[in-house]
Amino acid sequence: MDILGSLRELVLASGEHGEHAAPLAVQAVKSAGYLWLIPFFPLLGSAINAALGLRIQRRYGRKWCSHLAIGAMVASFLVAVVALVDMLGQPAERRYLVDHLWNMLTAGDVQVNLSFALDPLSMVMTLIITFVGALIHVYSQGYMADDPSYWRFFCYLNLFVFSMLLLVMGDNFVLMFFGWEGVGLCSYLLIGFWYTDLEKAKAGVKAFVTNRFGDFGFVLGLFLLFWALGGGWVTKQGVTPEHESRWALADPGYQPKAKDGTFYEADRALTPASPPATYDEVAKLGTPSGWSQGPAVAVRGGVRVGPTLSFRELRDQIAVESTGVRQRLTSMTVLGVPVLALIAILLFVGATAKSAQLPLHVWLPDAMAGPTPVSALIHAATMVTAGVYLVARLNFIYALSPAAMTVVAVTGAVTAAFAATIGFVQNDIKKVLAYSTVSQLGFMFIGVGVGAYWAGIYHLLTHAFFKACLFLGSGSVILGCHHEQDMRKMGGLKKYMPLTAKTYWYACVAIAGFPIANGFFSKDEILWKAFTAGDNLLDPAIGKAIWLLGWLTALGTSFYMWRSYYMTFTGEYRGAGHGHGTFEAPAPGHAPPAAAAAHKLLPRLATHSLGAAHAGTFDQDVAMASVQVAGAGGGHAAAHGHSDAHGHPGGPPQESPRSMTWVLITLAVGCGATVLLGLFAPLGIVPPLEHWLSPSLLPAEALVHSRLSPDAGNHGLEWLLIGASVGVAFGGWLLARAFYKDAKSAVPVRLAASYPRLHRTVFNKYYVDELYQRTVLAASMVFARACSAFDRVVVDGVVNGAAAVGRFLCNIDGAIDKHLVDGAVNLFADATLRAGKQLRRVQSGRIQHYLYAALAGALVVVGINLLLR
Amino acid sequence: MALLVAVIVVGVVRMVPGSAPLLAEGAELARPSDLLFYALAALAIASACGVAFSRNIIYSALSLLGALIGAGALYVYLKADYVAVTQLLVYIGGVLVLILFAVMLTGRIGDRSRSNPSAAVLPGVGLLAAVLGVLGFVAFKAPWQTGSKVAPDASTASRIGDLFLGEYLLAFEVVSLLLLATLIGAVVIARKEIKE
Amino acid sequence: MTPGLPHFLFVGAVLFALGTYTVVTRSNAVGILMGVELILNAANVNFVAFNHFNPNQLLPGQVFSLFVIVLAAAEAAVALAIVLAIFMNTKSIDVADADTLRE
Repeated sequence: MDILGSLRELVLASGEHGEHAAPLAVQAVKSAGYLWLIPFFPLLGSAINAALGLRIQRRYGRKWCSHLAIGAMVASFLVAVVALVDMLGQPAERRYLVDHLWNMLTAGDVQVNLSFALDPLSMVMTLIITFVGALIHVYSQGYMADDPSYWRFFCYLNLFVFSMLLLVMGDNFVLMFFGWEGVGLCSYLLIGFWYTDLEKAKAGVKAFVTNRFGDFGFVLGLFLLFWALGGGWVTKQGVTPEHESRWALADPGYQPKAKDGTFYEADRALTPASPPATYDEVAKLGTPSGWSQGPAVAVRGGVRVGPTLSFRELRDQIAVESTGVRQRLTSMTVLGVPVLALIAILLFVGATAKSAQLPLHVWLPDAMAGPTPVSALIHAATMVTAGVYLVARLNFIYALSPAAMTVVAVTGAVTAAFAATIGFVQNDIKKVLAYSTVSQLGFMFIGVGVGAYWAGIYHLLTHAFFKACLFLGSGSVILGCHHEQDMRKMGGLKKYMPLTAKTYWYACVAIAGFPIANGFFSKDEILWKAFTAGDNLLDPAIGKAIWLLGWLTALGTSFYMWRSYYMTFTGEYRGAGHGHGTFEAPAPGHAPPAAAAAHKLLPRLATHSLGAAHAGTFDQDVAMASVQVAGAGGGHAAAHGHSDAHGHPGGPPQESPRSMTWVLITLAVGCGATVLLGLFAPLGIVPPLEHWLSPSLLPAEALVHSRLSPDAGNHGLEWLLIGASVGVAFGGWLLARAFYKDAKSAVPVRLAASYPRLHRTVFNKYYVDELYQRTVLAASMVFARACSAFDRVVVDGVVNGAAAVGRFLCNIDGAIDKHLVDGAVNLFADATLRAGKQLRRVQSGRIQHYLYAALAGALVVVGINLLLR
Repeated sequence: MALLVAVIVVGVVRMVPGSAPLLAEGAELARPSDLLFYALAALAIASACGVAFSRNIIYSALSLLGALIGAGALYVYLKADYVAVTQLLVYIGGVLVLILFAVMLTGRIGDRSRSNPSAAVLPGVGLLAAVLGVLGFVAFKAPWQTGSKVAPDASTASRIGDLFLGEYLLAFEVVSLLLLATLIGAVVIARKEIKE
Repeated sequence: MTPGLPHFLFVGAVLFALGTYTVVTRSNAVGILMGVELILNAANVNFVAFNHFNPNQLLPGQVFSLFVIVLAAAEAAVALAIVLAIFMNTKSIDVADADTLRE
């Protein structure tokens, strides 16, 4: 509290005077050589499962595959906890753990290292990823119990965690981008996990392609940032006084030895990043990033200025005012656009794709085709929050550009409202949760967009818990109802699955914003910060508008979440699970005919083992191992096989195995426990998480001297807004309760009937997919057709015309050819043949001859070289 | 013989025009360590001549011993003690013994007489002259950038050890793998035929 | 005359030239191998000489020559194994006889 308090005072005081803010210092670091273990364990687990998984599964039983993966996760989590303890032992401004492994590449002045870094921000992310990840691994053990590709699932899951950790822990953009692409790949692999179902494979491709759009923006932003940081201005304007001092900084022990002759000069020019020290200090050469640990030789405030890919170096360059980088960046324009805003917005485009914000949100609902644990881990708790993390990580860039902040916040707000309305009418339980995720991510972007980075991250944390709990709860429901996802065919499940119902209820409380669970605290802090955003946005009024939109969205959130709860858990069970013959037909186009056949066959073969059922169904595929039978047929059949194994073939829904319910309970407890991290926000005391994150997040006020809204200190107003938030939470709840409890009310149906057009529009997700179909896809199709037509008409015409002319000429030519040329050609051919016969001897098979040839060639090269001199 | 070659070498060096300024700089030829260099160079070169020109392969192998020792001694002269010892151990202790074994195992002691030896020797001599000419020219005429700094007299063994387990660790491990592969490969290749 | 870098390079050149001559003129596989060893030694002499006259704390020349020695040893082992194998098949170690890959 002390450090932060004083910092705040400084900031506020300086803000009011409009004077320079407290001078921000260079980030101090502590080296921690064990950080690599955190991502290493999942990578190891993934590698082992990839290489030996199938064999392990066949020989020792499938449980070893999952034990391996879970063990890797637990180990990773434990190391993360060790890092947390280590970090807690440091003073706040030194909480930056670095683990430098090796230099990946050096290009000019830029070094890209394989090094991991943990600061309070990435620490929070790492803990979420490893903890929630480990829980979901445990859950998957139950959920995927009967899938033939069990090992593959855990291999992908571990690989995902590895990529996500790389994304979060990499200390530079390159590593982050590796992770960024890695999670994209794993997401694709896991959405299309049942790849024999075309729809699911398509959903995977859709996610992948949509993310490519975002990555394009991301990479462009990166290039632009790199370009803006580098370039001639660094030396021209004398920001780095002379080249020498950079090297001096790079290695304190090094003294330029100009009189020592040409050797050092040449060597230094070749490897500028690691200049040779004196002859006998070899050991020093391996020291990573020596310049930050050495005495702060003044290169503009002790910071090396120039293009960099490391977050810390970038932060230092911007934070330390005397480097001049901040002024330069804020004043720079490209094509009349402020370059900083452009960089920030382009990077944000990457974030919109990864975090499913408008207009690139379309992939996330489709991504629900993947197994439910995947939806919980990747598409709710971790990967989709990468965009939020990106903005928070680059807070020092965003803080400099109110325009970019406004874009982020407005996009977040619009997305939140937009997705929430779609959530009102969806009937697929996972779709509801998917749109809810999109909506909540919108809230997070509001948070980071209005400068309340910590609130955004706090919402990320709380969301990881309650949304994972909701998703896993829905997974439990889906499994209990024999892979039924339509809420209209559920109902009354409270009776059959009490634990799932309880945890789902509590997670609903959290997300709806009742002040007895974590969601309320994070969401409310975001809304309050939006209301008081002040100069962080282009116009303070925008903040107020965002608050209003967010407030209404909170009402919607409460409504659709309670709707899903009441539809699923109250009333009478409407499922078709009370007999053998009443399996629901698979959704049209949802499964290939073979899968449907599997459905019809299964009841008859119920007494047989799962494998036998498959053999009977796909008899043309008998040769294939049963492992191959993944996908739709495999998925559905496996699911039913699963229920068979539990002795309830298509019977009433029943509670999931213990490994799943325990995870649900843990997550629900987490929903309650994480309240503590943000508990004091409405009381005007610094919440623990904000305090914890403050070293990572440069206050925008300190960077650009902007002022918060005058309401920022108005606690009365804050309490009023809190009251309003609680009010809408209750409002949404009561509304949903009236409409959907026990499925008694006919109001929803009537409403839908009386506004059919509106209902259809919303139900069809505002036709965004169709819009893309019509615009992006159609445009590319039109372009392709135009190319094809051009090819056919113009190019082919030219070619055909040329051919006709050519044929005419050829006929003339042919006559000449036959009589005049052929003779010459035949002569030539004969000569060639003879020469070839002679030349064949060159290929003698004797190394001596080859050696002669090689050395003669070398001598010729040397000779030519001499002659040219 | 070695002395003879030493004289030849000195003569050649003096004759090469590029070395004239060098001669002017270090005018005298009297330092014992310099003479040592010439003696060692002569040993290496004379033994190499033995390898190249001897008719009997056993003599060739024994001359190779001389050439390797000569080269190793030059390493010592260049203060590369560790390399010299390795040369002694690996080349002379290992490779040469291996070669001698191969000579004996393959049963034919002495080179098989060729039907037209001159056809191979004449172009060989031509190649020898050309290679020697070009390389010698490069050696004396190229503007080598030699630092004024000279390596210290300290032993290099410990530093090389550090380097192998530090800076060059990857290469070191790769070479270890290569040696393992060689070991297995050699066994497999030589053994397959015995099984028949 | 104090021997400088050119002198060592010249020794290397002579060794190299004699090595190539050996490789070229011998038809005996073992003899060729000896020539190869000479060539590798020539390279090593150059490496060590360069290292000596351009000192560097990383000793690149010496380390490189060590790697060359290791490679030479590996090469000799494999090559001699091949020679033995060929000899067992053809009762000859004349490289001119081992040209079955030519066809």
